[in-house]
Amino acid sequence: MDVILLQLLNGLDKGGAYALIALGLTIIFGTLGVVNFAHGALFMLGAFCAVSVQAVLTISKKVKDESITFFDAYKEVPYLEAWWGDTGAMIIDYAVPISILVAIPLMLLIGLGMERGLIRYFYKRPHAEQILVTFGLAIVVQELIKAQFGANPIPTPAPEVIAGSASIGLWFGLGEAVVYPWWRLIYLAFAGVVIASAFAFLNLTTYGMVVRAGMADRETVGLLGINIQRRFTIVFGMAAVIAGMAGVMYTPILPPDYHMGMDFLVLSFVVVVVGGMGSLSGAVLAGFMLGILQSFASMNEVKSIFPGIDQIIIYLIAVVILLVRPRGLMGRKGVMET
Amino acid sequence: MFAGLTRNDKLLFIGFTIAALAMPLLAWPVGANYPDLLQKFAIYGIFAIGFNILFGLTGYLSFGHAAFLGVGSYAAVWMFKGVTMNVIPAVIFGVMVSGMFAALIGFISLRRSGIYFSILTLAFAQMSYNLAYSVLTPITNGETGLQLSQDDARIIDRLFVEQGAGLPSTNLFGLEMSGYPGFYFCCVLLIIAFFISLRIQRSPFGMMLRAIKTNQVRMNYTGFNTRPYALTAFIISGMYAGLAGSLLAVTDPLAGAERMQWTASGEVVLMTILGGAGTLIGPILGAGLIKYFENIFSSYNDGLLSESFSFLPDFLNDTLVFIIGPFVGEGWSLLLGIVFMAIVIFLPGGLMEGLTRIHGWYRRRGGGDTRAADAASSRQAAE
Repeated sequence: MDVILLQLLNGLDKGGAYALIALGLTIIFGTLGVVNFAHGALFMLGAFCAVSVQAVLTISKKVKDESITFFDAYKEVPYLEAWWGDTGAMIIDYAVPISILVAIPLMLLIGLGMERGLIRYFYKRPHAEQILVTFGLAIVVQELIKAQFGANPIPTPAPEVIAGSASIGLWFGLGEAVVYPWWRLIYLAFAGVVIASAFAFLNLTTYGMVVRAGMADRETVGLLGINIQRRFTIVFGMAAVIAGMAGVMYTPILPPDYHMGMDFLVLSFVVVVVGGMGSLSGAVLAGFMLGILQSFASMNEVKSIFPGIDQIIIYLIAVVILLVRPRGLMGRKGVMET
Repeated sequence: MFAGLTRNDKLLFIGFTIAALAMPLLAWPVGANYPDLLQKFAIYGIFAIGFNILFGLTGYLSFGHAAFLGVGSYAAVWMFKGVTMNVIPAVIFGVMVSGMFAALIGFISLRRSGIYFSILTLAFAQMSYNLAYSVLTPITNGETGLQLSQDDARIIDRLFVEQGAGLPSTNLFGLEMSGYPGFYFCCVLLIIAFFISLRIQRSPFGMMLRAIKTNQVRMNYTGFNTRPYALTAFIISGMYAGLAGSLLAVTDPLAGAERMQWTASGEVVLMTILGGAGTLIGPILGAGLIKYFENIFSSYNDGLLSESFSFLPDFLNDTLVFIIGPFVGEGWSLLLGIVFMAIVIFLPGGLMEGLTRIHGWYRRRGGGDTRAADAASSRQAAE
């Protein structure tokens, strides 16, 4: 029982990341009709926002180490700590949450810049060319990050207070042995909140209603005198922000490296296709579903029956679903049929 | 053999044959005339031609083509290990195995088109890659990669030759497949591959494939079942990839799972797009260019760079090294990505379209000399 609970949580965590990226992909596809292969790169850029903020906060100076008296020893002390003592140390400790504040405006700018600078020239071009140009962009971003930060994963720990584990076993009456890292629980809650607010924005606000109307029939909305293009651009920026925030929050779980974007992108595309191209709820549902299935497939009991199943489960399910339900789980008729 | 080809096609084929055989000479001015690199040109040329038969003609964008390359490599190395070091059986076996693999994957993937097809092929390729690393280790030897070893069976070879002290090398009836003999072996296969691709493009079958790209719905309305045609193209294309994979094993008898990774699939897409999808020569051109520049640029570093600019004043030298530095050596992929984006944005038809445009511009300016006429004929042939 406790094993199942833990795997379920693991799966929800992973699924949260898939769902957030897939949500952004679907929003972009639904509004602009563009297949964005650079979305994983946005996720990675978010993660590297956290890395940069941590690097900036820990800019250090050399001071003499007083504890060593035999010879002159120096140690690195971050300026923040030198200036403000414990307060400074605490700010450094909270690097990841702080970087969300940095990531939101930054990712919005990057998203808007990308849409205005590149994507908008590709609305009318074939999907194959959209895939190719965003694929090229993803390579460029990835290589730039590699040149700047190197090829190794960079650890960015969560704040000290929540570095431990929550004894969720007690909450569910399963004994003290069942524990789960706090940060992963926070990530799960965060994913839920972001997904809920994205849905609320699109479904409950007038702005979102206009966007949805534009998704359904772009020309008519344009004829009504609404600048739908501008709204779509802003929606693209929001999708970038969602991906970026997901990246920031994921750094304590998985130390970021330059190819994490591509790793997640491939899976997220599978998620989008399984969920049904153009269906927001399908993307979220499929994201969590595949995350959970993947985590159950990596249990030793399952692996002993089907060796290697954990490696291929997602792709296997994608193949089966596409053959049984060609439009994906919740895909609508007429979207990307050709 | 040439029945039904126009004069231009014959000229193109003869020209291509001469150019391919004289590649060591042609590559000499740019410093690429060593066999290892020339072999790569030929092998990846074959790979790109094959990919072009699928993508260029039918418009189906496969993102998992490297899987067939990898399977071909594995099959060839197993042939070396199990039967004989002669390359002919290995190549045939590699092509056959990847053809069957392609038939299986194509049968499923081609039920969907557009982006769904891309994702399905990507899913299959990633699946093969992951399996090759984990469960299939007895067949693929996991991370180390499949290699020859002293105690391989090599049934046929043992009948004729005494086992030597070192590892045996691949050969064509005694002729060792390294250096120039290896290159010429690949080169002959490249010419054959090019010829088959030419015949396919000029055949009714090729016409059918183009029709699928142009308007598949209408094809269905007129009563054609397009799927068998697309599947045939997919299998042929997979066999080309398998041929390229087994040639990689011929020139260096080692097969690793990283050949199947999706970045490798992306690379062949880049080659085809760079050269010009749907053209005859384009993909080979793209493959050659990418492999050439990969070889040149990835060997540079800041030190070499500042040496080559040493005739400049110091501050200019430093600035140039600072600007160019990130794009060479490790950063070669960055340059590749930028060039690729530029090609897709400005020249969706690839370099071949660029040549066409330059030619058109030249002709409009009134320069009607013989070179322009030559370019025109070769362009028409290429299309």
